[in-house]
Amino acid sequence: MKTIILKTASNYLLPVLLLFSVFILLRGHYLPGGGFVGGLVAAIAFVLDAFANGLQNTKQVLKIHPGFFMPVGLAIAFLSAISPILFADLPLMTGLWAHEPVPVLGKIGSALFFDTGVYLVVIGAALTIIFTISESA
Amino acid sequence: MTNHVIILPLIVNLLFSIILMFFWRNINFQKLFSVIGNAIGLGVAIYVFTHVYQNGTQVVEAGNWEAPFGIVFVGDMLAATLVLLTAISGLAVSIFSSISVINARLRFGYFSVFQFLLLGLNGAFLTGDIFNLYVWFEIIIISSFVLISIGGEKNQLEGAVKYFALNFFASMIFLTALGVLYGLAGTLNMADLAGKVQSIENRTLVDVCAVLFLVGFGIKSAIFPLYFWLPASYHTPPSAVSAIFAGLLTKVGVYALIRVFSMIFEIDVFLQNLLIGLGILTIFSGGIGALTHTNIRKVFSYLIICHIGFMIGGLGLFTKVALTGVVFYLIHDIIVKTNLFLIAGVIYRIKATTNMNKIGGLYANYPKLSLLMAIPLFSLVGVPPLSGFWPKLSLILASFSEAQYWYFGALIFGSFITLFIIARLWSKAFWKDQPEFKRERKFIYFYELRPFQKLQFIMPIMLLTFVSLYIGFGANHIQELSVRIAEEITNKDLYIKAVLNP
Repeated sequence: MKTIILKTASNYLLPVLLLFSVFILLRGHYLPGGGFVGGLVAAIAFVLDAFANGLQNTKQVLKIHPGFFMPVGLAIAFLSAISPILFADLPLMTGLWAHEPVPVLGKIGSALFFDTGVYLVVIGAALTIIFTISESA
Repeated sequence: MTNHVIILPLIVNLLFSIILMFFWRNINFQKLFSVIGNAIGLGVAIYVFTHVYQNGTQVVEAGNWEAPFGIVFVGDMLAATLVLLTAISGLAVSIFSSISVINARLRFGYFSVFQFLLLGLNGAFLTGDIFNLYVWFEIIIISSFVLISIGGEKNQLEGAVKYFALNFFASMIFLTALGVLYGLAGTLNMADLAGKVQSIENRTLVDVCAVLFLVGFGIKSAIFPLYFWLPASYHTPPSAVSAIFAGLLTKVGVYALIRVFSMIFEIDVFLQNLLIGLGILTIFSGGIGALTHTNIRKVFSYLIICHIGFMIGGLGLFTKVALTGVVFYLIHDIIVKTNLFLIAGVIYRIKATTNMNKIGGLYANYPKLSLLMAIPLFSLVGVPPLSGFWPKLSLILASFSEAQYWYFGALIFGSFITLFIIARLWSKAFWKDQPEFKRERKFIYFYELRPFQKLQFIMPIMLLTFVSLYIGFGANHIQELSVRIAEEITNKDLYIKAVLNP
């Protein structure tokens, strides 16, 4: 699959797809999208890069083992789930919302952090699976 | 002031499983933190138990959504007791895993997945929403797939495939039943369902739905025609894994049956006959299956099935006395069955095999250890002061007063066959002289271990044996608790009131 067209295109596609995945993550609260879909799009960005430039190159781009995204994502999701217990004396997983909307992002709440956690877990899981399969194949 | 007490066990399990994931490669750290996590988990479980014991049923509405619309966690006496038992078994198995499971297996995140398994179990016991129960079941089975197949030996994978196929099938049936139930009643909150299912006009479909639940949970708890995955898979993974499976995975099926058939469906004559009939056949098939095997772990696997029959039959009777027996048996069984598989693990470490015919002389070589092992073995049989005796007394009493003589006969048969099997095991493995002993190379025998490593093997067994002894000698406390739980099960208004009108 080492064609020059794919190789050149993938250099531009990687950042665009990553940006798009973040866009999907952010719009997910009221519109279709969210952490899971966003995570899959981000994973596809890296998989495409691995197809075009080889697995070693993608690993260098990533710098850390993709498996490490999973505990980080879980930890973020976990903290956002227990934050109402810690800060507001409300039951587990109650949404906490900032009063003032933030520019670009809109209203921020604990649900966004939960989604970010899901996003990271999905990237970690999908990339670990695909990298392991393509290494052993 | 919202009361968060009953979700604390879930938070502890999840927190520690995330911490362990961060240290994926550092096995010594994982061993230490897994044990610490389970010790904290036990402390939290005791706190939850005493809290529920003193203040009655506790409810937490997740996300602050009101009861029939959001998901609720309900900690009644039954759930709190099972959470406590899970924590005790979890701590014992965690200590045992840290020495008995080889590092090559631990490297694949064994302890992290183990914490996830406990999370799933605690969640299943605490949830008050039947779809959420399904989700916790999924967490349980996915974790158990990983635990059963880590290592990837040939016979292990063979067992894992059977386990996987049937449990997946059971989940599918469970999900189908959920779909039907939601279509009929329009709600999935158990307390809400309890009121609504009675007023549904299409009784045939309600019965079909009830039987679907029975089949789904029946596969998971290994009752009569659907049990064959259990003896095919439980002897293949490391002893520590089969111990937690034996102690808790089939029991969570029994728990779900108790919940569904006390809260949602009423046990009518048809269901009563079905449950009692299945109970009797389960006792017979498990008991006779255990007779035909010589591998200790296979024998124990069949005994699990045999004793599941006791509980299913008792649930079918559905009188207060019978339910007291069922709950007491559940409490006794979780501790003892976990312990039995740990014992099988120690026997394997001593003799490098679990075939009864090839081992012997355990009592001559390890008299103190053998006496320690004798306590859970004879608790299982139900020799009077020990823990297995008291629940059987309630079950026999209930079967006699309800004139269910077949079930009565099956109980007696099951008890005798257990006695026979344990006596055979005792005479073969402990009293018989050691037959020709061929030293395996590359196997670290028990006597070669350092004293601290030996302690790691023995301590979990001592812990569980101590709990078993308490259940036996402090039977009045456990009986009191079981009566209270049985009352809560039969009088479901308390549960409904706690959930819907806080």
